[in-house]
Amino acid sequence: MTNIGPDVQVAVEGPGGPVEVPAETAETTTGPEPARGGGKARPAWRMLLPTMTPWLATGLVLIAGVVLLGVVGPYLVGDPDAISDVGLAPPSAEHWLGTTQTGQDVLAQLAHATRGSLQIGLMVGVLATLLSAFFGIYGAYLGGAADEGFSLLSNVFLVIPGLPLVIVISGFVPRESRGLWTIAVVLALTSWAASARVLRAQTLSVRARDYVAASRLSGEKPWRVIGVEILPNLLPVLASQFVYAVIAAILGEAGLSFLGLGASNASTLGTMLFYAQNGFALPLGAWWWFVPPGLVIALFGMGLSLVNFSIDEIINPRLKNARTARRRAKAAARVARKAA
Amino acid sequence: MTTLTDRVPHAAVPARRPVLTVTDLTVVYDVEQPVTAVKDASLQLGRGEILGLAGESGCGKTTLAYAINRLHQPPARIASGSVVFHDRDGGDVDLLGLDDERLRRFRWSQLSMVFQGAMNSLNPVRTIGAQLDDTLRAHARMSRAQRRERSAEVLTRVGVDPGRLRSYPHELSGGMRQRVMIAMAMLLEPQIMIMDEPTTALDVVVQREILREIVRLRDELDFAVVFITHDLPLLLEISDRIAVMLAGEIVELDTATQLHRSPAHPYTRRLLGSFPSLSGERGAFIREGVDPEEGTA
Amino acid sequence: MTSVHVTNLTKDYGLRSGLRRSTLRAVDRVSFDLVPRRTVALVGESGSGKSTIAKLLTRMEKPTSGRIDVQLDDRTPVMGSVYQRHVQMVFQDPFASLNPFHSVEHHVARPLRIHRRTHDAASTHARVLEMLERVNLHPAEDMAARRPHELSGGQRQRVAIARALAPGAQVLIADEPVSMLDVSIRLGVLNLLGRLQREDNLAVLYITHDLATARHFSDEILVLYRGRVVERGPADAVILDPRHDYTKLLAMAAPDPDRVGSVGREGDTAVARDGIDNSVCYDHTLGAWVPIDEAEAAAASAAAGGVRAGA
Repeated sequence: MTNIGPDVQVAVEGPGGPVEVPAETAETTTGPEPARGGGKARPAWRMLLPTMTPWLATGLVLIAGVVLLGVVGPYLVGDPDAISDVGLAPPSAEHWLGTTQTGQDVLAQLAHATRGSLQIGLMVGVLATLLSAFFGIYGAYLGGAADEGFSLLSNVFLVIPGLPLVIVISGFVPRESRGLWTIAVVLALTSWAASARVLRAQTLSVRARDYVAASRLSGEKPWRVIGVEILPNLLPVLASQFVYAVIAAILGEAGLSFLGLGASNASTLGTMLFYAQNGFALPLGAWWWFVPPGLVIALFGMGLSLVNFSIDEIINPRLKNARTARRRAKAAARVARKAA
Repeated sequence: MTTLTDRVPHAAVPARRPVLTVTDLTVVYDVEQPVTAVKDASLQLGRGEILGLAGESGCGKTTLAYAINRLHQPPARIASGSVVFHDRDGGDVDLLGLDDERLRRFRWSQLSMVFQGAMNSLNPVRTIGAQLDDTLRAHARMSRAQRRERSAEVLTRVGVDPGRLRSYPHELSGGMRQRVMIAMAMLLEPQIMIMDEPTTALDVVVQREILREIVRLRDELDFAVVFITHDLPLLLEISDRIAVMLAGEIVELDTATQLHRSPAHPYTRRLLGSFPSLSGERGAFIREGVDPEEGTA
Repeated sequence: MTSVHVTNLTKDYGLRSGLRRSTLRAVDRVSFDLVPRRTVALVGESGSGKSTIAKLLTRMEKPTSGRIDVQLDDRTPVMGSVYQRHVQMVFQDPFASLNPFHSVEHHVARPLRIHRRTHDAASTHARVLEMLERVNLHPAEDMAARRPHELSGGQRQRVAIARALAPGAQVLIADEPVSMLDVSIRLGVLNLLGRLQREDNLAVLYITHDLATARHFSDEILVLYRGRVVERGPADAVILDPRHDYTKLLAMAAPDPDRVGSVGREGDTAVARDGIDNSVCYDHTLGAWVPIDEAEAAAASAAAGGVRAGA
């Protein structure tokens, strides 16, 4: 490297990953910074953020749009429960998304329903992640009998079919007490197990690494070893599992509500679909009643999945390398074609 | 720009007829700040010669080996230079200009490679015999009986019992797996074998055995070997000539005896000095704390 | 100053292969002493038990039998949580022994805080910089803020050494500290260890498979084969005058820069591994063969047809 001084260690991408060009003398760092690291030490949390790509941008826009609809929308639209005598009217200037069978404004209902779904999604996401983190991470850290026990529990919950269990539990609870919280708990209980297995596998892998052994050797207390040494390296996987949990929750809740087993007092996208089904929207051709809620569910799920792809790149940096390699190859081909 | 022959006139040309000539090969990594991994590398490999390629991590020796074989992937790019193979039957082949099909036919039959960590590149769910068979089917037109015979022959050559053709990789030790990889590279009797750190992960005793096999095979079959490693004492014991690489350039290329007796380049001296001797005087440089680096820190 | 006395250390692992159970004896009746200002080298190939001994000494594993006694100068035993203040380890892989999420400062500061060597943020920071300077990482302020992926292998290993010495350790277990580093950096790191040993009166256990550095860096060498010590004594004695077959094998197999072009030529004697008898150990200090396992040794010498000659 003729353009770099002799007193520097530079990280270079070799065939097997970053390798180093050795310096001539001692391990000092006078001179330009490593070509790959770039600048002063970046804070740790920046290392965890994904790079912006069209996928990620699309995903974020979709999520932002739906969240806006659910959070701000209800303040801007009319009363979703107001009955009018304009039943099953197609979209017009007065009702942007038409009306339901009983003359209720679909747009107003959509905004409130989105809020309801988001609430459930968030509740279940957090609950399921907490459960899976406890049984997965803590169990794997402890090892031995505790690990076996937690693992057995996860496997049992995993084997039980989710939707039928949810239906049974839901059907068991009387309709009056079937609120949003009940549904959230039921959904969380049936969806934490898969996540727990993934987190357990990751924790076992991280736990076996030398730096965890070194920190225990230094005298760190177990809770600090888990919280400070192991957990930061699990954050990308945790984030990914959380996103999956939210997607599963929204879809699961929609399914439950569609079957009439959803939250009795809440309005969610699923209940909208339930009422649309009961109001014979499809045979009557009232697409403006069931397409919007379905579309919102689909777009939100898609947005979350796209964000998850970017998180996957953090978990597995080789995916990112593959993507950048493809992009570079395309750019090189373009340059070659232009030159030709 | 001085050529290799200007710098080290007598050793640049091998004692035997050349089988490979690399001239001013430059390999660049097209990343955000482009890095020249190999800069104007020139060397000639003699027929049946063992050429050691020494250097530490990042010096470009593996990149050079991959580039000669055209195995490099984007963002690596050969920016300039030529690689010419001189066939036993007289013709010359420009490796960089070969099209895909001819390159595929050239690979393994004229030039084969044993990769770093090779003993972990055996497919764990197939037997050794099946994998050797695959290689033969891809490159040669032989009947099944002939393929089996050749596989057995090649295994015996490297000191592995031919009965092992039915074994799976996990049933063999690290040393045996490495021998199998060397056997695989020898299947078509290539004229050149490139070995990238073939013994690094092995114990010292097993390493010694494998080295003896390589030298013995070379004596029997007369193929040239490019032996890449950071272990300079090992190269001194096994090579005819040694090339030392630093930061992408070949800084010294000389016979093993010459290199050991009077190394010309300061980096070679530094590299040699990093290996304390087993025999000879107990090094004062470690115990008394004279650290060549700490003086300049 | 602290010293360690290891007596008849043994470690068995239970293996399960299907329904069959067996025991693997990874370490078999190993004894040695670690005293201040002296380095003991444990030399052996993979599977010889040397890494297991490191784990036993750092209490990552419990011995099946035998004793590990750590004592201060006045014979007070070191036990319990204080153990980690005295006995520390430098790991083999510089890329795996540092947490990629945390800065260099975190790695060195944590042991300082845990073992109460400093009491507030300011003094911790000052001490961290001091330690980084001691291991030759300049400029310390800049280095402290870096993350492991921004350091080279040699630099990471120096951070690992600083971390090990932070609690004020007096006994250092160095498990192949330089085998994963670039060749030209190895001596620098070993010299650093040597200097720190002299400055802090450390007792060092140097675990390696490399006879050459063992010879130059340590005062005493123990050669391990399949969990047993087969030869022991002063470094030069063991290397230059090996008595046990296994030591001779190792010495011959190791690449020696002074043996140019010797592979395959005359004088390169065949290397044979069969029939290595690890029931006896040659002790250079005693100048005699010491049986490790009485029964096995008797059987072996009976098979060999007589008393083993001492020469």
